[in-house]
Parts: sequence; C-alpha cells; structure tokens
Amino acid sequence: MARALINVPAKAKRGDIVPIKALIQHPMESGYRVGYNGELIPRDIIREFICTYNGREIFRATLHPAIAANPFFSFFTVAVDTGTIEFKWTGDNGFTATESAPITVG
Amino acid sequence: MTDANGQTRRDVLIGAASIAGALTLSRRAVATPETMQAAIKKVVGDAPLRKGKVTLDIPPLVENGNTVPVSVAVESPMTADDHVKAIHIFNEKNPLPDVIGIRIGPYAGKAEIATRIKLADSQTVIAVAQMSDGSFWSDSVEVIVTIAACVEGI
Repeated sequence: MARALINVPAKAKRGDIVPIKALIQHPMESGYRVGYNGELIPRDIIREFICTYNGREIFRATLHPAIAANPFFSFFTVAVDTGTIEFKWTGDNGFTATESAPITVG
Repeated sequence: MTDANGQTRRDVLIGAASIAGALTLSRRAVATPETMQAAIKKVVGDAPLRKGKVTLDIPPLVENGNTVPVSVAVESPMTADDHVKAIHIFNEKNPLPDVIGIRIGPYAGKAEIATRIKLADSQTVIAVAQMSDGSFWSDSVEVIVTIAACVEGI
C-alpha cells in the first residue's frame, strides 16, 4: 500500500474554512519516457482523487500524466459537522488507496 | 552471388535497411498551442472565455520541470448561488494539453487549490475556472523551464 500523508485540522469551529492537504507516494509514470532498453515505459498514473466529508464529495480531481510524482493537493472546506474526512485515490494497474481523518467541530 | 563470408547481396541489403530503420528517430508526441485550444474548447464549449477573476500562481522561472508548484485562486463568494464549479489547468508543450481537472463547490468555502505539476518545456500555462452561472474565466502565465520533465529518458 502506498504511503499517504494527510493533514486535516483535528478541531474547528462551525463555519470555519479549514485547509486540507493530501500527499501520496506514487511514481506518476507519464508513459512518454524512454527506459534503458530504448522502449517507452508504460504509463502508470493515478487517474482520480476524491475527498468526501461525512459522505459528501468536497473535492474531486481528474489527474493527467502532467501531475508530478507523489501527487499533492491542497484545498479548503467549510467545517459543518463533527465527522470523518475520507480520501480515495484510484489509478492505472488497479491502484487504489484510501485514508481518513476525524474532525471535531465545536 | 555469395561473398567471402557466405552472405548474399540480398542479406547485406536487408541488414543495411534494418539498421537505417532502427536509427530513424521516432517523433515525440507534443501538445501544441492548437491542441491546447482544442482541449480548452472541450471544457468551455461555445461560451466566451474571459480574462480575470482567476489568479494562477506559478514560478516564472522553473529550475526543475519535474515538480512545479502551482496554485489557483478564484474570486468568488462561494455561496450556493454563486460559486466555482470547476478549475482546469492546461499547458502548451507537454505531450498532452490537459494537466488537471478539479471539481469543487460552495462547501469549499474558498476557491483556492494547490498541486504540483510537470512541465516539459518553457511554455504558457493556463488556468480556467467554471462558475455556477456557466461563465468561464482564465489566467495564463508564461513559464521558463531549465530542466524538462515528462519525456526525458532515464
């Protein structure tokens, strides 16, 4: 399983705009590079990243080969309720990874 | 006809032809400003693409194209009636014109995203934002890249 680093504030006031950051270990092989044998290295990228907050989608990204290795995203959401923020990455060759973080809204 | 090595003239010719074929360099796929415009049109459709509201922040001089930090901020109150629906990033000279497509909504609070991209050459990068009223806004930045990414061999 790929290593993922996520950053979600543990506590927030209701209505606060909170920053969310997610980084995952992945080569993001573009499919356009030539290897030692002179042949193209097959494409191996993450295609989609979805972040949900208590089941509601708050951020969805469609990735192309031009995203750097170890894809990083930073974005914001409004703290509405105590619950879980879930992260899901899916990609080529059956790649999937999930992470989650709790958030307490007071 | 057979020479001293037992090769016929035909064998020699076939050998020479295959070496020439192997030496011919295959053309690399490269997006052009035209293919980028086509990719933008796929997103925008016939709606006018206006300048403004969007701020694309990317270093103007990039030492290493393999990882270039970019951030996009869009002016919007981010309410249920008036918010940013999508943010797209395009480029001119990578093998593909699309970089990323992001969907957000009023629950984002503010329309500000950041990621890291690859750039294969010095080129113009464009960010396009789609608003909830169906309008499209953009910002572009010219970037100079000293070490290219994407197509470099290893």
